[in-house]
Amino acid sequence: MVFEGQVLKVGKNIDTDVIIPARYLVTFDPLELSVHCFEGLGEDFRAKLKPGSILVAEENFGCGSSREHAPIAIKGCGISCVIASSFARIFYRNAINIGLPIVECPEFVKEVQEGDKVAVSLLEGKITNLKSGKTYQAKPFPPFLVEIIRAGGLVNWAKKRLKKEEK
Amino acid sequence: MGMTITEKILAAHAGLDKVEPGEIVQVRVDGLLANDVTAPGAIEQFRLVGSQKVFDPDRIFLVPDHFAPNRDIPSAEQCKLLREFAYEQGITNYFEVGRMGIEHALLPEEGLVLPGDLIIGADSHTCTYGALGAFSTGVGSTDLGVAMALGETWLKVPSSIKFVVNGTLNPWVFGKDIILYIIGMIGVDGALYKAMEFAGEAIRNLSMDSRFSITNMAIEAGGKSGIIEPDEKTAAYVEARAKRPYKFYQSDPDANYEKVHSLQAEKIDLQVALPHLPSNVRSVYQINDVELDQVVIGSCTNGRLEDLRVAAAILNGKKVHPKVRLLVFPATQKIYLQALKEGLIQTLVESGAAVSTPTCGPCLGGHSGVLAKGERALATTNRNFIGRMGHSESEVYLSGPAVAAASAVAGRIVPPEEVVPPERWRDFKNKLEE
Repeated sequence: MVFEGQVLKVGKNIDTDVIIPARYLVTFDPLELSVHCFEGLGEDFRAKLKPGSILVAEENFGCGSSREHAPIAIKGCGISCVIASSFARIFYRNAINIGLPIVECPEFVKEVQEGDKVAVSLLEGKITNLKSGKTYQAKPFPPFLVEIIRAGGLVNWAKKRLKKEEK
Repeated sequence: MGMTITEKILAAHAGLDKVEPGEIVQVRVDGLLANDVTAPGAIEQFRLVGSQKVFDPDRIFLVPDHFAPNRDIPSAEQCKLLREFAYEQGITNYFEVGRMGIEHALLPEEGLVLPGDLIIGADSHTCTYGALGAFSTGVGSTDLGVAMALGETWLKVPSSIKFVVNGTLNPWVFGKDIILYIIGMIGVDGALYKAMEFAGEAIRNLSMDSRFSITNMAIEAGGKSGIIEPDEKTAAYVEARAKRPYKFYQSDPDANYEKVHSLQAEKIDLQVALPHLPSNVRSVYQINDVELDQVVIGSCTNGRLEDLRVAAAILNGKKVHPKVRLLVFPATQKIYLQALKEGLIQTLVESGAAVSTPTCGPCLGGHSGVLAKGERALATTNRNFIGRMGHSESEVYLSGPAVAAASAVAGRIVPPEEVVPPERWRDFKNKLEE
């Protein structure tokens, strides 16, 4: 799982109401949700959201609500990966469960500039800034989460477990 | 080394003698919660897992409270999906409008969540049940759907931070002010991934209602959970409600805390959080001339009986400012009924407040109190993010019910003593102690 794209930057404490306001939570469809994604950051920001972009955020990205619609909306925008200094915990679980690639790496967030082209190799946690050539090691996923990611998400992991129990 | 109450509950549900922070454990769940916004996704994921039946139809709590009573056709479809699933699976704890309440006030009131329980819910304020001495935390729809099939989930054992509040609280200061003060002190990610444990004389002296306000907002500091050791007040609360056994856990004296904060209750003023973060907190005495369009009293944070009593005590004989809309939402039907019996609803309506059936509507800008561009509200809810209550150029301030009620009268944010004399507090306190 390797992603390459241009960096779009946001600040700290980007909450789930900014990512997707509650009034739109009447669907789980990624495309429908993406129409309102990041409305709280204004139209100028929304114009910069391009499919394949890599979103880079400071601390506590995704704080607030448990709405899974938040990572789904981001995925619906075509964002390939989110790199943050830290993630709020429910957002972190949700992103892994719905298959939005996320990586935690404060050093990278500090140094990267908007528009830089970067490559991310998800499971190895390796981030390369293709402009400066510098590489970063992200915080590794615990082995259990690697198991879920490799299974293709929590639902597939649970399916396998139920099958094992039946045997 | 001993264990914290959180570690003990997690160990018991993982079938282990001991757990340590950072460890990932598979835990059995005592209850699962979802609402009309999150359940549709959970149901879809539950079906994808391939399971025909939920693990236990008595342990799944489905509450249509967010966009219910149905706001529009798409919300009606979501509520219908929830309802049909409840009937299909024989789910005993589905709460229809009219018997429904805001989930985090309703489940404790119904005795569905109990001390020592491990509860997960597809709503971030699931951390509320920690006030009972339970471990509870919010998850997304997929985690919940999978847990509905398996009856268990995975959790990383959090390290704990302890907040010890000693001393005596000032007039009109309640649980909400304590938690806002703490969030202001540590920030919106000050307890990220951690369990927040609240202790000390001032916490023990709080009512259960005020304790729920505190644990409810642990998530607003990034906390995984908030918890208060159960005591005789907890026992009195659950005794009449519980329909199954429960267990009181206590932290060991030599338990390990990442940090212990000691606070003095006398130093905690009435608190207000300014836009757009719950950590942007000031004492109400530092706020000048913030005019209001709307005041909301209610929600899973402050829609309980104590909150309505406080609001009514201040609004008694007063009128809501002509330019202000005051909306009051009792959190459950039982609270509503009790407030009727006590004459609180009459007081509120006479003051010029609109009183509504229980719903989360205005708190999340869903319905029944959405703000227009440029409007400003003061709410006893839990979040004041950009666009939380409506237009992205509207503003939300947060406070407890005393400041909210007084401000509704003044038309701007003020402390209670600007609209009621000091005797009002004395009379209210005497009544509470009766």
